[in-house]
Amino acid sequence: MSASPAPKPSATPPELLRNFCIIAHIDHGKSTLADRMLQLTGVVDARHMRAQYLDRMDIERERGITIKSQAVRLPWAPKDGPNADVTHILNLIDTPGHVDFTYEVSRSLAACEGAILLVDAAQGIEAQTLANLYLAMENDLHIIPVLNKIDLPAAQPEKYAAELARLVGCEPEDVLRVSGKTGEGVTELLDLVVNTMPAPKGDPDAPARALIFDSVYDTYRGVVTYVRVIDGHLSKRDKILMLSTHATHEMLEVGVIAPEPVSSDGLGVGEVGYLITGVKDVRQSRVGDTVTTLNKPATVALGGYKDPMPMVFSGLYPLDGSDYPDLRDALDKLQLNDAALVYEPETSVALGFGFRCGFLGLLHLEIVRERLEREAGLALISTAPNVVYRVVMDDGKEITVTNPSEFPSGKITEVNEPVVRATILSPSEFVGTIMELCQNRRGQLLGMDYLSEDRVELRYQLPLAEIVFDFFDALKSRTRGYASLDYEPTGEQVADLVKVDILLQGEAVDAFSAVVHKDKAYAYGLKMASRLKELIPRQQFEVPIQAAIGARVIARENIRAIRKDVLSKCYGGDITRKRKLLEKQKEGKKRMKMVGRVEVPQEAFIAALSSEADPTKETQKK
Amino acid sequence: MKGDSSRFVSHTEDVPSTLPDGEPVPTDGSLPPSAFDGTRDLGLYLHVPFCTSRCGYCDFNTYTADELGPGASRATYLDTALTELLLAKSVLGDAARPISMLFVGGGTPTLLPPADFARFLDVVRAEFGIIEGAELSIESNPESVDAMGLEQLRAAGFNRISFGMQSANTTVLKALDRKHSPGRVQHAVEEAKDAGFEHVNVDLIYGAPGETDEQWQQSLDAALEVEPDHISAYALIVEDGTALGAQVARGDVVVANDDVMAHRYVMADETFSAAGMQWYEVSNWAKPGGQCLHNLGYWTSQDWWGIGPGAHSHIGGVRWWNVKHPATYAKALDAGVSPAAAREILTPEQQVDEAVLLGLRLASGLAVDSLSSSGQERVKEAVAEGLLDPQDFDAGRAVLTLRGRLLADRLAVELLTN
Repeated sequence: MSASPAPKPSATPPELLRNFCIIAHIDHGKSTLADRMLQLTGVVDARHMRAQYLDRMDIERERGITIKSQAVRLPWAPKDGPNADVTHILNLIDTPGHVDFTYEVSRSLAACEGAILLVDAAQGIEAQTLANLYLAMENDLHIIPVLNKIDLPAAQPEKYAAELARLVGCEPEDVLRVSGKTGEGVTELLDLVVNTMPAPKGDPDAPARALIFDSVYDTYRGVVTYVRVIDGHLSKRDKILMLSTHATHEMLEVGVIAPEPVSSDGLGVGEVGYLITGVKDVRQSRVGDTVTTLNKPATVALGGYKDPMPMVFSGLYPLDGSDYPDLRDALDKLQLNDAALVYEPETSVALGFGFRCGFLGLLHLEIVRERLEREAGLALISTAPNVVYRVVMDDGKEITVTNPSEFPSGKITEVNEPVVRATILSPSEFVGTIMELCQNRRGQLLGMDYLSEDRVELRYQLPLAEIVFDFFDALKSRTRGYASLDYEPTGEQVADLVKVDILLQGEAVDAFSAVVHKDKAYAYGLKMASRLKELIPRQQFEVPIQAAIGARVIARENIRAIRKDVLSKCYGGDITRKRKLLEKQKEGKKRMKMVGRVEVPQEAFIAALSSEADPTKETQKK
Repeated sequence: MKGDSSRFVSHTEDVPSTLPDGEPVPTDGSLPPSAFDGTRDLGLYLHVPFCTSRCGYCDFNTYTADELGPGASRATYLDTALTELLLAKSVLGDAARPISMLFVGGGTPTLLPPADFARFLDVVRAEFGIIEGAELSIESNPESVDAMGLEQLRAAGFNRISFGMQSANTTVLKALDRKHSPGRVQHAVEEAKDAGFEHVNVDLIYGAPGETDEQWQQSLDAALEVEPDHISAYALIVEDGTALGAQVARGDVVVANDDVMAHRYVMADETFSAAGMQWYEVSNWAKPGGQCLHNLGYWTSQDWWGIGPGAHSHIGGVRWWNVKHPATYAKALDAGVSPAAAREILTPEQQVDEAVLLGLRLASGLAVDSLSSSGQERVKEAVAEGLLDPQDFDAGRAVLTLRGRLLADRLAVELLTN
């Protein structure tokens, strides 16, 4: 008996649909497993197959991570069981794997009924995967626990099956074992998806409601919006309405990804696909928003919509000041595809014209920076990342500080800083050193659980500011790379924070101002001052470098005046060499930044701002 | 190379060991028409690229016998140099004119017999002419020249002689790899004066490893004792690729830092001024009438033709430099082509840069109104900062003060940056 024909888009009965995602850590093999699914379901033949088929951007492929989710429609008929030979439609909704994109993950999960929990059989579950698993369980998703990479010699399937079973609440033998690389177990997995995951439920006659779980800017098509229809039907002739913005758009195209875009007449209840409306900016098609139709609009939006909230800020400046317009254009372009990126122009005495940019987190910052440098060919300086402070003044006024140099100087009642709930998974031998690190970073232990005999989960409340700089690096180096970290913003706390200014000849250098905890202000000031003493060349006059909290100087260094800057020898054979040096120095002088009367080479700013040289970084213990 | 003798190497007139980059030179050495515009003094420089041993700090274009290949022997060198002199005459054509100054430097010129230089001057006289009162200068080795040799040089027409004294302190001389004894210079100067040399220069170096302020003061006093009419004093420069450079890199020796160098410079200026010798260039002091015309030619962009391997020339805004190795040099001339390695034709902006760079180093200074408006603004500030002399400024000149001389390179950049 052969399988039934695959149902067509727009006319697929909900009971034949299975919408699911794969929850996995970076490197645990999600993309490779997805590649096998594409092949086994026949949507991509071997000739067209390429590794990590669904990851679109170069950066994604290179880093092995997925930034943007995507949905692919896969036909699958189990060979036996209750659904034998009935061709179902599996919508695999890809999810971002990193802490910065928790909200995007949550919207992807909201579009699914089930999730495959995919864990490397040689490594066990990681903190981010655990956090996403909890998120999926809160969303009542059906979880299929799977160990991947069972072909690896280092695989310990027994051990990690027990770990997963405990987390999911099943028996270890229920944990499926697969190899995305060899394809072993993937057929069984697809069968399990059909046979165990619930089908979507929705009201086909209600006004249409579809959840936007992703939107991507495409140079040729404009914004491509990915939706999951909850109720009703979206047809290609509909005009659509966005419930949060009340914007209306013409529908230019509706379709499904199989895995290349295929246009259809529409999308029915439970179906997953894309819409193209001709808008040019992903902000007009926001993740989490509800799409309905203009002629029969729904009135109640689907729950869970949030505006993206930048958590980490950094100043981005072109190394060459004349690149400023290019940087602006590049940011404008990037923003078309990144609803979470915010920026506004800012001017720094030290660095010239640039932008203060807000990011979801550090990875988001890194990705944006890398894309600006790679795609727009810009050389950039970024200031040390900082968080948002809410400062309450004595007169009751509230000030939101996204740039430390704008921290108010008047009478302050309290300073609030964002805090996160951090989850750290680590082999238990490192518990001591992790606790020491967290205490050092003003962390409060919330709880600790053993996942297995030798693996522990630590939960901490930590100020976000203590994480944004180098926490992850410190954690990795203290645990020989074994610990993993996840965090989610949980609110804010009042903290004893001060702004430390760095002054050259009495003039504050904005790029070096930092908001730090009172107990760390002295160390920051001292180290910054001595670093600058090394980096700033001697001037004709003495240059005091001071670190100050308000008017109170907490550290001081001196750059002594230069007495000699002349080469004594200048004869016939020296002149060309000397003139060439002078030409170079003239060019160099143009790149000097003036702080008051003090000339500071741009390289000094870059070196002082570079995160490797973070002066608050404690020495690593072995 | 710390061998047998203690040959004297002077380092006032030299060629840097690394040649700059430039554009190719026509094989016949011909110059663009622009080089013949204007009227300038014409000088000659003759480089003698031989030494018997190499001093630890020296990066000049000079060779011991072991370092030289075939085709570059001392015996044939002068003939080769004369070939270039004749090339100079043909390139200059109508612009070939009697010379105002000539300088023989090295290396160690006195490794060649005085008769060689007499012959050279004879050819110069015959082909170019030498103007009345021209300055004819030679560097000399106090160890090797004797009274007779000095008399022969004087008789040939040389009227100025330069001795590389460097220091009066045995320890310092040793640190510099110099092998002469301090007292020898005094004798040599006396012999030179007896031979009739009108002008005598001694060179000093300060800041050698281990040198103290006291030792430097002794050297200054000793230099004045021999009553030269010209003294050049240089801060020791540690060059890459020298024995000293390697020692410093290894941390074996420590040279004086810039603050110490600045102090030694002030000591020198005070000592020389008190003895009636005035600075006329950052590193040069002279009694009235004792200024070195040849060097002033460098600093005021006169014309000069540099003969010899690695020698630099300047004719009317064109600078070029010869190939470095004596064997390559000889081979080129033998084949009848110019030994120039590369050249540059200065743009008007580069000429301004050079005029400021070089003019600022002179006691005669710069005309303030020759500077751009931002340069003139910077002059005003520099007067206020004590780098430029206020009286000279009132007279329209930018002239460095003592403090300003120590910051001359920095100020030159500032005057030229908009």
